[in-house]
Amino acid sequence: MSALGRVAPASVAFSVAACAHCGAELSPGQERFCCAGCEGAHALVCGLGLDAFYRRRDRADGTLRPEAAAPALDFAPLARSGPGGTHTLELMVSGLTCGACVWLIEQALAAEPDMLRARVSLTARRLSVTWRGGAERANAVAALLARLGFHVAPWSPACLRATEDAEGRTLVRALGIAAFGAMNVMLVSVAVWVGGDMGPQTRHAMHWLAAIIGLPTVLVAGLPFYRSAWAAIRGGRANMDLAVSLGVLATAGMSLSETLRNGPYTWFDGATMLLALLLAGRVLDRAARRKARQAAAELLALQDGMVARLAPDGALRHVPAESVAAGDRLSIAAGERLRLDGVAETDALLDTAATTGESVPRSYASGTPLPAGAVNMGASFVLIVTAAARDGSIAAMGRLLERAEQAKGRFVAIADRAARFYVPAAHGLAAATFLGWLGWMGVPWQEALIHAVCVLLITCPCALAIAVPAVQVVSVGALFRRGVLVTSPTALERLATADSVVLDKTGTLTEGRPELIADGQDAAVLRRAAGLAAASRHPLARALLRACPDAPVEWGAVEVAGQGIEAGAARLGSPEFCGAPPAADGMALAYRDGASPPVIFRFADRLREDAPAAVAALRGLGLEVELLSGDAPGAVERAARDAGITAWHARATPADKADRIAALRMQGHRPLMVGDGINDAAALAGAHVSASPAGATDLAQAAADLVLQREGLAALPAAIRIARQAQGLARQNIGFSLIYNVIAVPMAVAGLVTPLVAALVMASSSTVVVLNALRAGRQEA
Amino acid sequence: MNALILLVPVSLFLGLIGLLGFLWALRTRQYEDLDGAAARILFDDPPPKEKPE
Repeated sequence: MSALGRVAPASVAFSVAACAHCGAELSPGQERFCCAGCEGAHALVCGLGLDAFYRRRDRADGTLRPEAAAPALDFAPLARSGPGGTHTLELMVSGLTCGACVWLIEQALAAEPDMLRARVSLTARRLSVTWRGGAERANAVAALLARLGFHVAPWSPACLRATEDAEGRTLVRALGIAAFGAMNVMLVSVAVWVGGDMGPQTRHAMHWLAAIIGLPTVLVAGLPFYRSAWAAIRGGRANMDLAVSLGVLATAGMSLSETLRNGPYTWFDGATMLLALLLAGRVLDRAARRKARQAAAELLALQDGMVARLAPDGALRHVPAESVAAGDRLSIAAGERLRLDGVAETDALLDTAATTGESVPRSYASGTPLPAGAVNMGASFVLIVTAAARDGSIAAMGRLLERAEQAKGRFVAIADRAARFYVPAAHGLAAATFLGWLGWMGVPWQEALIHAVCVLLITCPCALAIAVPAVQVVSVGALFRRGVLVTSPTALERLATADSVVLDKTGTLTEGRPELIADGQDAAVLRRAAGLAAASRHPLARALLRACPDAPVEWGAVEVAGQGIEAGAARLGSPEFCGAPPAADGMALAYRDGASPPVIFRFADRLREDAPAAVAALRGLGLEVELLSGDAPGAVERAARDAGITAWHARATPADKADRIAALRMQGHRPLMVGDGINDAAALAGAHVSASPAGATDLAQAAADLVLQREGLAALPAAIRIARQAQGLARQNIGFSLIYNVIAVPMAVAGLVTPLVAALVMASSSTVVVLNALRAGRQEA
Repeated sequence: MNALILLVPVSLFLGLIGLLGFLWALRTRQYEDLDGAAARILFDDPPPKEKPE
């Protein structure tokens, strides 16, 4: 056993009543495990001799509870065949909390026969596993992880885009080179600064040494800035990078000329240090958002799925939705989301909350077009696809989003706004300094150039360039810890300036999924019914199980397609299945044990518990709140009243929603749109800033600037407070760097600045700005 | 003075080794999973089989 395993005290989780596997709190009557799945997982872990996992992990918060039903996905087609009859599978693993999870997965897979390599990346949540044998082993791998309690999904291109960060690597490399160069040049420069008794030859040698280290550093490490500046020049704009590039290159050139003529000082130290500081700001900025982007991609990957295509010979094959053509026949299981447009061969009961906002499922006759994005609430049926994925309604919505995104791209970040007037001013000042010294003072042109370049170096927006990213890093990190993922670089600034909130109802203000309405059912009956429900993936059965998660699972249950579940004399299913009158809205399950009268469980889409408080908090922040829903007026009015919202609109189509947002913007408002459905996506993309809750459809999440990772809206007011605070700090920082310029620039113009002074003011101003930025995010949640 | 002729190249050489090590680590993607690497160092069990023998 490892050293860690020996010294770590037995997990605290054992002292309180917590599940030995997942760590969830136990309800009375439970001995060690919260559910049968956890008991199985614990037995599996101990059987493999990996029980050290429980001592090693940092925390156990119930996320590791295995799902009662096995993953429905077929992973075999995802395995890539390699040389020598091997196969490699890449999976996105959700539920990794610490290194112990990595260890558990790798060791558990290594214990399998013919397993050649298993490697988990804790940062990317990516498992790469290689085995000798057929592709069908992929399902065994996925099933093993599911039994341990991890959720797996195919490694999607979106995950890859979020993880593969070639630009980030370039920045880190540049930072490494700049830091090395800056430290070594400084070594030489300090000798020149303090070595007043140094002979001219020694000083010349020192200058050459600084040039040999400094010049390549400036040329190589500055590349990211030069590229961006070149792009700006070609676009006819001036940006921060242009100022940085000019400043650094001019300083390097002037220093080279000073080296050649053995002047008193060279300035390579200033140029390299500037690059290192700026690159550090940029690397941090990227790292913070990359984490958020990855978490967002993880949420989306869990929704990504395959569809079951019926071959002409009747065989069922799981294929990615992209490879389905119009005219193909798909089998849609109970509870499955439609990924493509089509018509049903038989009547179907669909929950279209995501596409229209209606909260009550409705029946579609065979032959009527069904919207992609709807969820099958009834029996499984056969769907005849009418449009391939790229021609379908979801793809059309995606194209609309792209256009809206481009329109949003015109938003100019505060740092760039500052750069627009700052850069020409700084360069004009440098030119004036050069001409002034040359004309009035009559000094040689080299000396005039030194003073001009000093002005460039001093005005180089070092603090200005760090001012905003530093605040961003800290705020985005603080929001990440609160479960708010910031995916757009300018989202915080836009969030801070939002003045009204438009909320969607279904899935945003409400849970977006059926919840059991407690109306006096017997607890024992509920437990038995929930145990039966564990065998089904039907949304209502899932809801029943959620209402009673610790129910003992009824293992012998058999699903009767389209009707319910049967285990011996007990039946759970549609009211007709149990001999009760049918429910009007399809949102009811009946349970019948033998000859006893059937018990009806009703479900409804409930308001989120924290919705009224969140609405009140938003109003307290000075935002106008309104509700915009595609649902019927009655349901919308009720939800609005319960949440404390006075302005509401019902029966809004996706176009109505987008129009409402556009109208608000026309009136000069800056609306924050919060929505989760496909029908909200256009409005989300059109809004000043947008957010979507965790369970949102992938289209809505892709369109939103912020993703609320946790359930509920409580994080939203906190996010706005943090964004406003960040905006204030960014302004303070910009103001500070301007004040610093007001003091330092006249010194530079007057020719009083030596490299030592430049280094001191540059480092100190950056430090002050960074320290100020650290105050961001220190907000009560 | 003579000490400088020796010491400066030596210090630069040592620094360069560090820089090259950093660039090598970056190229071999050792910075991709910092959280995982931090935990991995504490695993003393035999690492998973790497290659078929």
